[in-house]
Amino acid sequence: DALEPYMSKRTLELHWGEHHRGYVESLNKYLEKDDILYGYTLDELIRVTYNNGNPLPEYNVAAQVWNHDFFWESMQPGGGNLPILGLLQQIEKDFGSFSNFREEFTETALTLFGSGWVWLVLKRNEKRLAIATTTNAVTPLVWDDIPLLSLDMWEHAYYLDYKNDKARYVNVFMDHLVSWNAALARMARAQSFVNLGEPKIPVA
Amino acid sequence: MAPVTTIASHLTSAFISNPEFCRLSHNLHSSQRQRRCSRKSVCGTISASIDLKPPPYALNALEPHMSKETLEYHWGKHHRGYVNNLNKQIEGTALDEMSLESIISASYNKGDILPAFNNAAQVWNHEFFWESMKPGGGGTPSGELLELINRDFGSFEGLIHEFKLAATTQFGSGWAWLAYKEHKLDVPNARNPRASEEDKKLVVVKSPNAINPLVWEYHPLLTLDVWEHAYYLDYENRRTDYITTFLNKLVSWETVSSRLEAAKNLIVEREREMEEIDAIDEMDTIEPEDGDMYFGSDADDFVDDEE
Repeated sequence: DALEPYMSKRTLELHWGEHHRGYVESLNKYLEKDDILYGYTLDELIRVTYNNGNPLPEYNVAAQVWNHDFFWESMQPGGGNLPILGLLQQIEKDFGSFSNFREEFTETALTLFGSGWVWLVLKRNEKRLAIATTTNAVTPLVWDDIPLLSLDMWEHAYYLDYKNDKARYVNVFMDHLVSWNAALARMARAQSFVNLGEPKIPVA
Repeated sequence: MAPVTTIASHLTSAFISNPEFCRLSHNLHSSQRQRRCSRKSVCGTISASIDLKPPPYALNALEPHMSKETLEYHWGKHHRGYVNNLNKQIEGTALDEMSLESIISASYNKGDILPAFNNAAQVWNHEFFWESMKPGGGGTPSGELLELINRDFGSFEGLIHEFKLAATTQFGSGWAWLAYKEHKLDVPNARNPRASEEDKKLVVVKSPNAINPLVWEYHPLLTLDVWEHAYYLDYENRRTDYITTFLNKLVSWETVSSRLEAAKNLIVEREREMEEIDAIDEMDTIEPEDGDMYFGSDADDFVDDEE
């Protein structure tokens, strides 16, 4: 109930207790059946079952388990406000300003049709931040980008609290729930894989 | 928006000068005051022509299986939103003035969907959905529908099982359908050389987001909305309960039967048209003159040029 009044206890009870739990149990059932997928970590499992765009049946549940874990960690009680330090710098560099970023994020979330997710990702090849949307259970992991934040736009995430008022849900998320600390930590970790700044090449 | 309003009001003023029309429009207004204001020349606002049709029963008529609150949101907000957004999108474009089904196939664009598709298809889907239900629904189908069900699914229980499976396994948002399918290729001159009644069958299909079987040229007979907004308020995450209740207590088999009949009539009519076109084609075929290998007089020109 820590995210009240922005995300009600009932929503979390259902979202985590039923949906998320359901995905975990289905995944375990799939994995029990045979040993083909034995020994993978969850991240690897997602990539393998995504099968380059032709997903195996385990993909949806595996990805949804990962997505929801990521989503819970993208929020915190007393969240919101602005990102800090390097993350803010990078956002301002890649989006112009934080408010531009926020506008773009909100707009993307509202124009997503059907079920899906909105992400703040660090793109590996382009070495910049970007906003991505995915449908159903797809995650930016499968095209090798590094997600920093996510927002669940499946209707079950907000219907009990906001019914069809998606705009209010997204704004509340940005104002009160999003955990910039988590995003900062993820970005710091990501920088060991992606070189964001100019490499410092010594001259003589 | 402004030019459209002026045109509309010009139309209105032109008509109002005619006293006949004045009386008519007066009656129109009073009897339709309850209706949502979406007719062109009467209101002078957004003139795109898709209406928000109410379900054929009161919003609380499906209690306790589908609550009034669900219908208020589902029809009043979601469905209405699709209608309004669609009207905004098609206003002033080629899609304006087309029937809803034509808008759907035009914007489906053979899979490369245009922006209007989602809204248009969702409007159609929801109308179809409301009409697929009725208070005191459920039970079993009868007559020709039941015969076809038994033929194509083995038994009524077989159909129920398939339908439940499709609805439960539709991942994400979407719809489950019972549709009537003619076996024909998607080319204009497709002719099944040994066409028979057996080729046409009932199928259960599921579709994601806004897609519906119209785009596959099936004839939809029944649908169930498995977008989460359709059942979340009443059943939270228990989609299976929702599906079971729908099949036991809400589905209107009479509507399904009448849609089946309409589909069959449509198919028969189309076949008759094809036959007529064939007959005309036969008559028009040009027979070459004896000894003349080429049609028409072009052969002479060709020979001349060579020299």
